Amino acid sequence: MIRAVDLTLTISGHTILNKVSVDVPKNKVTALIGPNGAGKSTLLHTIARLTKQDSGQVLLDNRSITDFENKELARHMSILRQDSAIGSRLKVRDLVSFGRYPHNQGRHSASDDLVVDKVLVDFELDALAERFLDTLSGGQRQRALLAMNFAQDAEAILLDEPLNNLDLSHARQLMHTVKHYVGRGKTFVVVLHDLNYAARYADHIIAMKQGEVFAAGDTSSIFNEGLLSDLYETPIEIVKVNGLPMALSY
Amino acid sequence: MIASLNVLQPYKCYMAVFLLLLFSFASLFVGVIELTPASLWSDPEAAWLLAASRLPRVLSVLLTGTSLAIAGLVMQVLVQNRFVEPATAGSGQSAVLGIILVTLFIPGASLMTKMGLASVTALLGTGLFLLIVRRLPVQETYLVPLVGIVYGGVVGAVATWLAWQADLIQLIDIWLTGEFSGMIRGRYDFLWIAGALAVFSYFLADQFTIASLGEDQARNLGLNYNVMMAIGLVLVSIVTAVTVVTVGVIPFIGLIVPNIVSRWRGDNLRHSLPLVAYSGAMLTLLCDVVGRVVIFPYEVPVGSVFGVVGAFITLWLLYSSPSAKRA
Repeated sequence: MIRAVDLTLTISGHTILNKVSVDVPKNKVTALIGPNGAGKSTLLHTIARLTKQDSGQVLLDNRSITDFENKELARHMSILRQDSAIGSRLKVRDLVSFGRYPHNQGRHSASDDLVVDKVLVDFELDALAERFLDTLSGGQRQRALLAMNFAQDAEAILLDEPLNNLDLSHARQLMHTVKHYVGRGKTFVVVLHDLNYAARYADHIIAMKQGEVFAAGDTSSIFNEGLLSDLYETPIEIVKVNGLPMALSY
Repeated sequence: MIASLNVLQPYKCYMAVFLLLLFSFASLFVGVIELTPASLWSDPEAAWLLAASRLPRVLSVLLTGTSLAIAGLVMQVLVQNRFVEPATAGSGQSAVLGIILVTLFIPGASLMTKMGLASVTALLGTGLFLLIVRRLPVQETYLVPLVGIVYGGVVGAVATWLAWQADLIQLIDIWLTGEFSGMIRGRYDFLWIAGALAVFSYFLADQFTIASLGEDQARNLGLNYNVMMAIGLVLVSIVTAVTVVTVGVIPFIGLIVPNIVSRWRGDNLRHSLPLVAYSGAMLTLLCDVVGRVVIFPYEVPVGSVFGVVGAFITLWLLYSSPSAKRA
Protein backbone atom coordinates (compact mmCIF):
# COMPACT_ATOMS: atom_id res chain seq x y z
CA MET A 1 0.00 0.00 0.00
CA ILE A 2 2.81 2.38 0.92
CA ARG A 3 5.99 1.98 -1.03
CA ALA A 4 9.07 4.09 -0.46
CA VAL A 5 11.70 3.91 -3.18
CA ASP A 6 15.32 4.92 -2.66
CA LEU A 7 14.58 7.65 -0.11
CA THR A 8 17.70 9.62 0.61
CA LEU A 9 17.99 12.57 2.94
CA THR A 10 21.11 14.36 4.08
CA ILE A 11 20.96 17.12 6.65
CA SER A 12 24.10 19.26 7.04
CA GLY A 13 26.43 16.48 5.99
CA HIS A 14 24.76 13.71 7.98
CA THR A 15 23.02 11.01 6.03
CA ILE A 16 19.72 10.47 7.79
CA LEU A 17 18.19 8.18 5.19
CA ASN A 18 20.35 6.28 2.74
CA LYS A 19 18.47 4.77 -0.23
CA VAL A 20 15.67 3.49 1.95
CA SER A 21 13.18 1.32 0.12
CA VAL A 22 10.33 -0.23 2.05
CA ASP A 23 7.01 -1.83 1.32
CA VAL A 24 4.20 -1.49 3.81
CA PRO A 25 1.61 -4.21 3.31
CA LYS A 26 -2.03 -3.16 3.21
CA ASN A 27 -4.32 -3.96 6.10
CA LYS A 28 -1.52 -5.02 8.40
CA VAL A 29 0.40 -3.65 11.35
CA THR A 30 3.97 -2.88 10.38
CA ALA A 31 6.36 -2.18 13.24
CA LEU A 32 9.31 0.07 12.64
CA ILE A 33 12.12 -0.88 15.01
CA GLY A 34 15.76 -0.07 15.44
CA PRO A 35 18.19 1.74 17.73
CA ASN A 36 17.96 5.46 18.49
CA GLY A 37 18.99 7.63 15.58
CA ALA A 38 18.32 4.91 13.01
CA GLY A 39 16.06 7.23 11.01
CA LYS A 40 12.70 5.72 11.98
CA SER A 41 10.98 9.02 12.71
CA THR A 42 12.49 10.68 9.66
CA LEU A 43 11.26 7.83 7.48
CA LEU A 44 7.79 8.22 8.91
CA HIS A 45 7.84 12.01 8.40
CA THR A 46 9.08 11.60 4.84
CA ILE A 47 6.35 9.09 4.04
CA ALA A 48 3.77 11.54 5.41
CA ARG A 49 5.25 14.43 3.40
CA LEU A 50 6.17 16.40 6.53
CA THR A 51 9.85 16.18 5.62
CA LYS A 52 11.01 16.46 2.05
CA GLN A 53 13.57 13.94 0.87
CA ASP A 54 16.55 14.81 -1.33
CA SER A 55 15.77 12.00 -3.73
CA GLY A 56 13.54 8.97 -4.08
CA GLN A 57 9.79 8.86 -3.86
CA VAL A 58 6.87 7.65 -1.81
CA LEU A 59 3.93 5.92 -3.42
CA LEU A 60 0.55 5.54 -1.80
CA ASP A 61 -1.56 2.99 -3.67
CA ASN A 62 0.85 3.34 -6.60
CA ARG A 63 0.42 7.09 -6.73
CA SER A 64 3.16 9.50 -5.78
CA ILE A 65 2.26 11.37 -2.59
CA THR A 66 3.41 14.60 -4.24
CA ASP A 67 0.35 14.28 -6.52
CA PHE A 68 -2.07 14.45 -3.61
CA GLU A 69 -3.74 17.71 -2.75
CA ASN A 70 -3.28 18.60 0.97
CA LYS A 71 -6.68 17.59 2.29
CA GLU A 72 -6.83 14.61 -0.02
CA LEU A 73 -3.58 13.28 1.43
CA ALA A 74 -4.92 13.95 4.92
CA ARG A 75 -7.92 11.74 4.15
CA HIS A 76 -5.66 8.89 3.00
CA MET A 77 -2.83 9.12 5.48
CA SER A 78 -2.42 10.49 8.99
CA ILE A 79 0.60 10.76 11.22
CA LEU A 80 1.08 11.28 14.92
CA ARG A 81 4.44 12.71 15.79
CA GLN A 82 6.37 11.55 18.77
CA ASP A 83 6.59 14.93 20.49
CA SER A 84 3.26 16.49 19.70
CA ALA A 85 3.03 19.12 22.39
CA ILE A 86 -0.18 21.07 22.06
CA GLY A 87 0.04 24.52 23.60
CA SER A 88 -3.54 25.49 22.84
CA ARG A 89 -6.16 25.21 25.55
CA LEU A 90 -8.64 23.04 23.72
CA LYS A 91 -11.27 20.72 25.05
CA VAL A 92 -10.70 17.05 24.28
CA ARG A 93 -13.80 16.86 22.12
CA ASP A 94 -12.78 19.94 20.14
CA LEU A 95 -9.31 18.52 19.50
CA VAL A 96 -10.68 15.18 18.38
CA SER A 97 -13.24 16.95 16.17
CA PHE A 98 -10.42 18.66 14.30
CA GLY A 99 -9.52 15.18 13.07
CA ARG A 100 -12.58 15.54 10.85
CA TYR A 101 -11.25 18.73 9.25
CA PRO A 102 -9.90 17.04 6.08
CA HIS A 103 -13.39 15.64 5.53
CA ASN A 104 -15.60 18.57 6.40
CA GLN A 105 -13.45 21.73 6.45
CA GLY A 106 -15.00 22.70 9.75
CA ARG A 107 -18.65 22.14 8.87
CA HIS A 108 -19.60 19.30 11.13
CA SER A 109 -22.34 16.93 10.12
CA ALA A 110 -24.09 14.37 12.26
CA SER A 111 -21.90 11.64 10.77
CA ASP A 112 -18.77 13.51 11.86
CA ASP A 113 -20.14 13.62 15.38
CA LEU A 114 -20.75 9.88 15.25
CA VAL A 115 -17.12 9.25 14.28
CA VAL A 116 -15.90 11.55 17.05
CA ASP A 117 -18.14 9.90 19.65
CA LYS A 118 -16.98 6.45 18.63
CA VAL A 119 -13.30 7.37 18.78
CA LEU A 120 -13.76 9.04 22.17
CA VAL A 121 -15.18 5.76 23.47
CA ASP A 122 -12.39 3.71 21.81
CA PHE A 123 -9.83 5.75 23.72
CA GLU A 124 -11.81 5.92 26.97
CA LEU A 125 -12.06 9.67 26.67
CA ASP A 126 -15.83 10.04 26.74
CA ALA A 127 -15.76 11.08 30.39
CA LEU A 128 -13.00 13.60 29.68
CA ALA A 129 -14.53 15.03 26.51
CA GLU A 130 -15.34 18.43 28.02
CA ARG A 131 -12.05 18.80 29.88
CA PHE A 132 -9.32 21.16 28.70
CA LEU A 133 -6.13 19.44 27.52
CA ASP A 134 -3.99 21.33 30.01
CA THR A 135 -5.92 19.78 32.90
CA LEU A 136 -5.10 16.24 31.77
CA SER A 137 -2.19 13.95 32.59
CA GLY A 138 0.47 13.21 29.97
CA GLY A 139 -1.07 9.84 29.17
CA GLN A 140 -4.57 11.29 28.82
CA ARG A 141 -3.23 13.99 26.47
CA GLN A 142 -1.46 11.33 24.43
CA ARG A 143 -4.75 9.43 24.13
CA ALA A 144 -6.53 12.61 23.05
CA LEU A 145 -3.96 13.14 20.29
CA LEU A 146 -4.29 9.52 19.21
CA ALA A 147 -8.06 9.93 19.17
CA MET A 148 -7.79 12.98 16.91
CA ASN A 149 -5.59 10.96 14.62
CA PHE A 150 -8.03 8.06 14.51
CA ALA A 151 -10.95 10.42 13.94
CA GLN A 152 -9.16 11.47 10.77
CA ASP A 153 -10.18 8.03 9.51
CA ALA A 154 -7.30 7.73 7.04
CA GLU A 155 -6.55 4.36 5.45
CA ALA A 156 -2.90 4.56 6.42
CA ILE A 157 -2.09 5.61 9.98
CA LEU A 158 1.50 6.32 10.98
CA LEU A 159 2.24 6.43 14.70
CA ASP A 160 5.61 7.49 16.06
CA GLU A 161 6.17 5.88 19.45
CA PRO A 162 2.49 6.06 20.40
CA LEU A 163 3.08 4.14 23.63
CA ASN A 164 4.98 7.07 25.14
CA ASN A 165 3.35 8.24 28.34
CA LEU A 166 0.87 5.38 28.34
CA ASP A 167 0.68 3.03 31.30
CA LEU A 168 0.71 -0.74 30.76
CA SER A 169 -3.02 -1.05 30.57
CA HIS A 170 -3.50 1.81 28.11
CA ALA A 171 -0.52 0.72 26.03
CA ARG A 172 -2.03 -2.73 25.67
CA GLN A 173 -5.42 -1.19 25.00
CA LEU A 174 -3.99 1.04 22.25
CA MET A 175 -2.49 -1.96 20.47
CA HIS A 176 -5.82 -3.73 20.70
CA THR A 177 -7.52 -0.68 19.24
CA VAL A 178 -4.94 -0.71 16.45
CA LYS A 179 -5.74 -4.35 15.76
CA HIS A 180 -9.44 -3.57 15.82
CA TYR A 181 -8.96 -0.84 13.22
CA VAL A 182 -6.90 -3.22 11.06
CA GLY A 183 -10.01 -5.37 11.06
CA ARG A 184 -11.84 -2.36 9.64
CA GLY A 185 -9.41 -2.05 6.75
CA LYS A 186 -6.74 0.27 8.13
CA THR A 187 -3.01 -0.03 7.58
CA PHE A 188 -0.60 0.91 10.37
CA VAL A 189 3.05 1.78 10.59
CA VAL A 190 4.06 2.05 14.23
CA VAL A 191 7.45 2.96 15.66
CA LEU A 192 7.90 0.66 18.65
CA HIS A 193 10.73 0.48 21.11
CA ASP A 194 9.36 -2.47 23.02
CA LEU A 195 10.19 -5.47 20.85
CA ASN A 196 7.65 -7.58 22.67
CA TYR A 197 4.82 -5.33 21.59
CA ALA A 198 6.15 -5.78 18.06
CA ALA A 199 6.23 -9.54 18.54
CA ARG A 200 2.70 -9.62 19.86
CA TYR A 201 0.94 -7.12 17.59
CA ALA A 202 2.93 -6.59 14.39
CA ASP A 203 2.41 -8.63 11.24
CA HIS A 204 5.42 -7.19 9.54
CA ILE A 205 8.61 -5.61 10.82
CA ILE A 206 10.99 -3.13 9.25
CA ALA A 207 14.26 -2.88 11.17
CA MET A 208 16.35 0.20 10.55
CA LYS A 209 19.91 1.00 11.49
CA GLN A 210 22.06 4.00 10.61
CA GLY A 211 19.66 5.36 8.03
CA GLU A 212 19.30 2.09 6.16
CA VAL A 213 16.89 -0.80 6.16
CA PHE A 214 18.64 -3.47 8.18
CA ALA A 215 16.05 -6.15 7.68
CA ALA A 216 12.37 -6.39 6.75
CA GLY A 217 9.91 -9.22 6.73
CA ASP A 218 7.36 -11.19 8.68
CA THR A 219 7.55 -10.77 12.41
CA SER A 220 8.72 -14.40 12.81
CA SER A 221 11.56 -13.93 10.34
CA ILE A 222 12.87 -10.83 12.15
CA PHE A 223 12.65 -12.41 15.57
CA ASN A 224 16.02 -14.04 15.32
CA GLU A 225 18.57 -13.72 18.10
CA GLY A 226 21.49 -13.04 15.80
CA LEU A 227 19.63 -10.45 13.76
CA LEU A 228 18.24 -8.50 16.71
CA SER A 229 21.56 -8.65 18.58
CA ASP A 230 23.30 -7.21 15.52
CA LEU A 231 20.59 -4.58 15.10
CA TYR A 232 20.90 -3.22 18.62
CA GLU A 233 24.54 -4.24 19.08
CA THR A 234 23.64 -5.81 22.38
CA PRO A 235 23.00 -9.45 23.31
CA ILE A 236 19.34 -10.32 22.92
CA GLU A 237 17.89 -13.69 23.84
CA ILE A 238 14.61 -14.98 22.48
CA VAL A 239 12.39 -17.26 24.50
CA LYS A 240 8.96 -18.58 23.75
CA VAL A 241 6.18 -17.76 26.15
CA ASN A 242 2.82 -19.29 25.35
CA GLY A 243 4.04 -19.81 21.80
CA LEU A 244 4.98 -16.12 21.35
CA PRO A 245 8.58 -15.04 20.97
CA MET A 246 9.83 -12.72 23.70
CA ALA A 247 13.03 -10.73 23.36
CA LEU A 248 15.04 -10.52 26.53
CA SER A 249 17.93 -8.21 27.16
CA TYR A 250 19.51 -7.47 30.49
CA MET B 1 -22.92 37.70 14.08
CA ILE B 2 -24.28 37.80 17.60
CA ALA B 3 -26.76 35.04 16.94
CA SER B 4 -23.96 32.83 15.63
CA LEU B 5 -21.75 33.39 18.65
CA ASN B 6 -23.17 30.30 20.24
CA VAL B 7 -20.67 30.53 23.05
CA LEU B 8 -22.79 31.73 25.91
CA GLN B 9 -26.38 31.30 26.84
CA PRO B 10 -28.52 33.72 24.85
CA TYR B 11 -29.39 35.88 27.84
CA LYS B 12 -25.70 36.40 28.57
CA CYS B 13 -25.14 37.39 24.96
CA TYR B 14 -27.93 39.96 25.15
CA MET B 15 -26.62 41.15 28.48
CA ALA B 16 -23.13 41.62 27.03
CA VAL B 17 -24.41 43.52 24.01
CA PHE B 18 -26.61 45.64 26.24
CA LEU B 19 -23.64 46.52 28.44
CA LEU B 20 -21.51 47.47 25.44
CA LEU B 21 -24.29 49.70 24.11
CA LEU B 22 -24.79 51.22 27.54
CA PHE B 23 -21.13 52.10 27.95
CA SER B 24 -20.91 53.36 24.38
CA PHE B 25 -23.93 55.54 25.04
CA ALA B 26 -22.41 56.85 28.27
CA SER B 27 -19.14 57.52 26.48
CA LEU B 28 -20.99 59.76 24.01
CA PHE B 29 -21.79 62.15 26.82
CA VAL B 30 -18.34 62.38 28.40
CA GLY B 31 -16.39 65.41 27.27
CA VAL B 32 -15.33 68.96 27.91
CA ILE B 33 -18.33 70.47 26.14
CA GLU B 34 -21.39 69.52 28.08
CA LEU B 35 -23.66 67.25 26.16
CA THR B 36 -26.69 65.47 27.57
CA PRO B 37 -29.28 63.28 25.89
CA ALA B 38 -31.85 66.01 26.61
CA SER B 39 -29.84 68.78 24.97
CA LEU B 40 -29.84 66.81 21.70
CA TRP B 41 -33.49 67.77 21.22
CA SER B 42 -33.15 71.40 22.14
CA ASP B 43 -29.70 72.39 20.95
CA PRO B 44 -28.76 72.03 17.23
CA GLU B 45 -25.08 72.48 18.18
CA ALA B 46 -25.36 69.43 20.38
CA ALA B 47 -26.50 67.19 17.54
CA TRP B 48 -23.62 68.44 15.44
CA LEU B 49 -21.14 67.76 18.24
CA LEU B 50 -22.50 64.26 18.59
CA ALA B 51 -22.27 63.46 14.89
CA ALA B 52 -18.95 65.15 14.21
CA SER B 53 -16.96 64.25 17.30
CA ARG B 54 -18.50 62.05 19.94
CA LEU B 55 -19.92 59.32 17.72
CA PRO B 56 -16.77 59.01 15.58
CA ARG B 57 -14.78 58.71 18.78
CA VAL B 58 -16.87 55.89 20.19
CA LEU B 59 -16.89 54.07 16.86
CA SER B 60 -13.15 54.39 16.48
CA VAL B 61 -12.66 53.12 20.04
CA LEU B 62 -14.81 50.06 19.34
CA LEU B 63 -13.18 49.33 15.97
CA THR B 64 -9.66 49.76 17.33
CA GLY B 65 -10.25 47.69 20.45
CA THR B 66 -11.81 44.84 18.50
CA SER B 67 -9.28 44.73 15.71
CA LEU B 68 -6.20 45.06 17.95
CA ALA B 69 -7.43 42.28 20.21
CA ILE B 70 -7.98 40.06 17.16
CA ALA B 71 -4.60 41.02 15.69
CA GLY B 72 -2.97 40.03 18.99
CA LEU B 73 -4.78 36.70 18.94
CA VAL B 74 -3.73 36.01 15.34
CA MET B 75 -0.15 36.96 16.09
CA GLN B 76 -0.12 34.55 19.04
CA VAL B 77 -1.28 31.81 16.68
CA LEU B 78 1.43 32.71 14.16
CA VAL B 79 4.29 32.47 16.64
CA GLN B 80 2.62 29.86 18.86
CA ASN B 81 3.27 31.89 21.94
CA ARG B 82 0.75 33.58 24.21
CA PHE B 83 2.93 36.45 25.26
CA VAL B 84 3.37 38.41 22.06
CA GLU B 85 1.32 41.12 20.42
CA PRO B 86 1.87 43.45 17.47
CA ALA B 87 2.49 46.54 19.60
CA THR B 88 5.42 45.04 21.51
CA ALA B 89 6.93 42.69 18.93
CA GLY B 90 7.94 45.08 16.21
CA SER B 91 4.77 45.39 14.08
CA GLY B 92 3.70 48.71 15.59
CA GLN B 93 7.22 50.11 15.52
CA SER B 94 7.66 48.98 11.90
CA ALA B 95 4.45 50.77 10.97
CA VAL B 96 5.74 53.95 12.65
CA LEU B 97 9.02 53.55 10.76
CA GLY B 98 7.00 53.31 7.56
CA ILE B 99 5.08 56.51 8.30
CA ILE B 100 8.31 58.36 8.99
CA LEU B 101 9.84 57.11 5.75
CA VAL B 102 6.76 58.27 3.84
CA THR B 103 6.83 61.65 5.57
CA LEU B 104 10.50 62.03 4.68
CA PHE B 105 10.41 60.88 1.09
CA ILE B 106 6.85 61.67 -0.05
CA PRO B 107 6.02 64.80 1.97
CA GLY B 108 2.60 65.42 0.47
CA ALA B 109 1.46 61.80 0.61
CA SER B 110 -2.23 61.15 1.20
CA LEU B 111 -3.39 59.28 4.28
CA MET B 112 -4.11 56.31 2.03
CA THR B 113 -0.52 56.23 0.77
CA LYS B 114 0.81 56.55 4.31
CA MET B 115 -1.34 53.72 5.44
CA GLY B 116 -0.45 51.54 2.48
CA LEU B 117 3.26 51.99 2.98
CA ALA B 118 2.98 51.61 6.74
CA SER B 119 1.21 48.30 6.05
CA VAL B 120 4.12 47.22 3.88
CA THR B 121 6.74 48.07 6.50
CA ALA B 122 4.60 46.44 9.20
CA LEU B 123 4.44 43.35 6.98
CA LEU B 124 8.20 43.30 6.48
CA GLY B 125 8.87 43.98 10.17
CA THR B 126 6.46 41.31 11.38
CA GLY B 127 7.70 38.85 8.76
CA LEU B 128 11.28 39.31 9.91
CA PHE B 129 10.16 38.76 13.50
CA LEU B 130 8.48 35.49 12.49
CA LEU B 131 11.67 34.35 10.78
CA ILE B 132 13.67 35.13 13.91
CA VAL B 133 11.17 33.38 16.16
CA ARG B 134 11.17 30.24 14.04
CA ARG B 135 14.80 29.73 14.96
CA LEU B 136 14.09 29.90 18.68
CA PRO B 137 13.40 26.76 20.69
CA VAL B 138 9.60 26.42 21.07
CA GLN B 139 9.80 25.26 24.68
CA GLU B 140 11.29 28.56 25.84
CA THR B 141 7.96 30.29 26.44
CA TYR B 142 9.40 33.55 27.66
CA LEU B 143 12.17 33.85 25.10
CA VAL B 144 9.82 34.79 22.26
CA PRO B 145 8.25 37.84 23.97
CA LEU B 146 11.68 38.94 25.20
CA VAL B 147 13.11 38.75 21.70
CA GLY B 148 9.98 40.58 20.52
CA ILE B 149 10.50 43.42 22.98
CA VAL B 150 14.17 43.75 22.06
CA TYR B 151 13.32 43.59 18.36
CA GLY B 152 10.50 46.15 18.72
CA GLY B 153 12.88 48.35 20.69
CA VAL B 154 15.50 48.23 17.94
CA VAL B 155 12.98 49.03 15.18
CA GLY B 156 11.49 51.80 17.36
CA ALA B 157 14.96 53.22 17.97
CA VAL B 158 15.66 53.35 14.24
CA ALA B 159 12.35 55.15 13.73
CA THR B 160 13.10 57.62 16.52
CA TRP B 161 16.60 58.26 15.20
CA LEU B 162 15.24 58.96 11.72
CA ALA B 163 12.58 61.24 13.16
CA TRP B 164 15.18 63.08 15.21
CA GLN B 165 17.35 63.59 12.12
CA ALA B 166 14.37 65.01 10.28
CA ASP B 167 12.96 67.07 13.15
CA LEU B 168 9.88 64.91 13.41
CA ILE B 169 10.31 64.00 17.06
CA GLN B 170 6.97 65.49 18.08
CA LEU B 171 5.18 63.49 15.46
CA ILE B 172 6.70 60.25 16.63
CA ASP B 173 5.19 60.79 20.06
CA ILE B 174 1.81 61.11 18.46
CA TRP B 175 2.15 57.80 16.65
CA LEU B 176 3.73 55.95 19.53
CA THR B 177 1.08 57.06 22.04
CA GLY B 178 -2.34 56.00 20.93
CA GLU B 179 -5.23 58.31 21.74
CA PHE B 180 -8.69 58.97 20.42
CA SER B 181 -9.09 62.71 20.95
CA GLY B 182 -8.39 63.42 17.29
CA MET B 183 -11.07 61.06 16.06
CA ILE B 184 -13.56 63.33 14.38
CA ARG B 185 -15.75 62.72 11.38
CA GLY B 186 -13.64 61.83 8.34
CA ARG B 187 -10.53 61.00 10.33
CA TYR B 188 -11.31 57.48 11.42
CA ASP B 189 -12.81 55.88 8.31
CA PHE B 190 -9.83 53.62 7.67
CA LEU B 191 -10.53 51.88 10.93
CA TRP B 192 -13.49 50.22 9.23
CA ILE B 193 -10.90 48.25 7.23
CA ALA B 194 -9.44 46.94 10.48
CA GLY B 195 -12.93 46.15 11.73
CA ALA B 196 -13.76 44.31 8.51
CA LEU B 197 -10.57 42.23 8.84
CA ALA B 198 -11.56 41.32 12.39
CA VAL B 199 -14.91 40.04 11.12
CA PHE B 200 -13.17 38.24 8.24
CA SER B 201 -10.90 36.40 10.68
CA TYR B 202 -13.95 34.71 12.17
CA PHE B 203 -14.49 32.84 8.92
CA LEU B 204 -11.02 31.34 9.30
CA ALA B 205 -11.43 30.52 13.00
CA ASP B 206 -11.04 26.76 12.54
CA GLN B 207 -8.06 27.16 10.27
CA PHE B 208 -6.32 29.43 12.75
CA THR B 209 -7.03 27.02 15.59
CA ILE B 210 -5.56 24.15 13.58
CA ALA B 211 -2.52 26.28 12.74
CA SER B 212 -2.08 26.88 16.46
CA LEU B 213 -1.60 23.13 16.94
CA GLY B 214 1.78 23.50 15.24
CA GLU B 215 3.04 23.12 11.70
CA ASP B 216 3.28 19.32 11.53
CA GLN B 217 -0.08 18.74 13.14
CA ALA B 218 -1.68 21.32 10.87
CA ARG B 219 -0.16 19.80 7.77
CA ASN B 220 -1.20 16.34 8.91
CA LEU B 221 -4.76 17.65 8.90
CA GLY B 222 -4.34 18.91 5.35
CA LEU B 223 -4.15 22.59 6.20
CA ASN B 224 -2.03 24.72 3.91
CA TYR B 225 0.07 26.02 6.77
CA ASN B 226 2.12 28.52 4.79
CA VAL B 227 -0.98 30.11 3.30
CA MET B 228 -2.48 30.50 6.78
CA MET B 229 0.74 32.07 8.03
CA ALA B 230 0.68 34.50 5.10
CA ILE B 231 -2.98 35.41 5.68
CA GLY B 232 -2.32 35.94 9.38
CA LEU B 233 0.74 38.04 8.66
CA VAL B 234 -1.15 40.29 6.24
CA LEU B 235 -4.05 40.62 8.67
CA VAL B 236 -1.83 41.59 11.61
CA SER B 237 0.14 44.04 9.45
CA ILE B 238 -2.84 45.85 8.00
CA VAL B 239 -4.66 46.11 11.32
CA THR B 240 -1.49 47.40 12.97
CA ALA B 241 -0.75 49.92 10.24
CA VAL B 242 -4.32 51.22 10.07
CA THR B 243 -4.57 51.71 13.82
CA VAL B 244 -1.10 53.25 14.13
CA VAL B 245 -1.78 55.72 11.31
CA THR B 246 -5.16 56.79 12.68
CA VAL B 247 -4.92 56.32 16.45
CA GLY B 248 -1.30 55.52 17.32
CA VAL B 249 0.21 52.55 19.10
CA ILE B 250 -1.91 51.15 21.92
CA PRO B 251 0.00 48.53 23.87
CA PHE B 252 -1.36 45.49 25.73
CA ILE B 253 -4.82 45.13 24.16
CA GLY B 254 -3.58 42.40 21.86
CA LEU B 255 -1.80 40.74 24.73
CA ILE B 256 -4.18 40.76 27.68
CA VAL B 257 -7.53 40.33 25.97
CA PRO B 258 -6.78 37.01 24.19
CA ASN B 259 -5.03 35.71 27.32
CA ILE B 260 -7.95 36.45 29.61
CA VAL B 261 -10.41 34.92 27.17
CA SER B 262 -8.18 31.87 26.79
CA ARG B 263 -8.12 31.31 30.54
CA TRP B 264 -11.86 31.55 30.62
CA ARG B 265 -13.05 29.82 27.45
CA GLY B 266 -10.01 28.09 25.94
CA ASP B 267 -8.39 28.48 22.56
CA ASN B 268 -10.91 27.08 20.14
CA LEU B 269 -11.17 30.26 18.09
CA ARG B 270 -14.62 29.40 16.85
CA HIS B 271 -15.77 29.99 20.42
CA SER B 272 -13.17 32.41 21.72
CA LEU B 273 -12.73 34.79 18.80
CA PRO B 274 -16.09 36.58 19.21
CA LEU B 275 -15.35 37.00 22.90
CA VAL B 276 -11.91 38.38 22.15
CA ALA B 277 -13.46 40.86 19.72
CA TYR B 278 -16.09 41.90 22.25
CA SER B 279 -13.72 42.15 25.20
CA GLY B 280 -11.23 44.17 23.17
CA ALA B 281 -13.93 46.71 22.36
CA MET B 282 -15.23 46.81 25.91
CA LEU B 283 -11.83 47.19 27.57
CA THR B 284 -10.75 49.93 25.19
CA LEU B 285 -14.02 51.75 25.74
CA LEU B 286 -13.53 51.63 29.50
CA CYS B 287 -9.90 52.74 29.32
CA ASP B 288 -10.82 55.59 27.00
CA VAL B 289 -13.53 56.84 29.38
CA VAL B 290 -11.14 56.53 32.33
CA GLY B 291 -8.52 58.52 30.42
CA ARG B 292 -11.05 61.28 29.86
CA VAL B 293 -12.32 61.38 33.42
CA VAL B 294 -9.25 61.10 35.69
CA ILE B 295 -7.80 64.56 35.07
CA PHE B 296 -10.94 66.19 33.63
CA PRO B 297 -11.11 68.55 31.77
CA TYR B 298 -7.77 67.29 30.44
CA GLU B 299 -7.21 63.88 28.95
CA VAL B 300 -4.78 61.02 29.52
CA PRO B 301 -4.09 59.25 26.21
CA VAL B 302 -5.68 55.81 26.10
CA GLY B 303 -2.26 54.39 25.25
CA SER B 304 -1.00 55.56 28.64
CA VAL B 305 -4.04 54.20 30.46
CA PHE B 306 -3.41 50.85 28.79
CA GLY B 307 0.25 51.09 29.76
CA VAL B 308 -0.75 51.08 33.42
CA VAL B 309 -3.76 48.76 33.31
CA GLY B 310 -2.04 46.41 30.86
CA ALA B 311 1.14 46.13 32.88
CA PHE B 312 -0.75 45.03 35.98
CA ILE B 313 -2.90 42.53 34.13
CA THR B 314 0.14 41.16 32.30
CA LEU B 315 1.97 40.63 35.58
CA TRP B 316 -1.04 38.82 36.92
CA LEU B 317 -1.19 36.67 33.78
CA LEU B 318 2.48 35.78 34.09
CA TYR B 319 2.30 34.90 37.77
CA SER B 320 -0.80 32.80 37.45
CA SER B 321 0.16 31.24 34.12
CA PRO B 322 -0.81 27.58 33.99
CA SER B 323 1.86 27.00 31.34
CA ALA B 324 4.48 28.59 33.56
CA LYS B 325 3.52 26.25 36.37
CA ARG B 326 3.83 23.28 34.13
CA ALA B 327 7.23 24.35 32.83
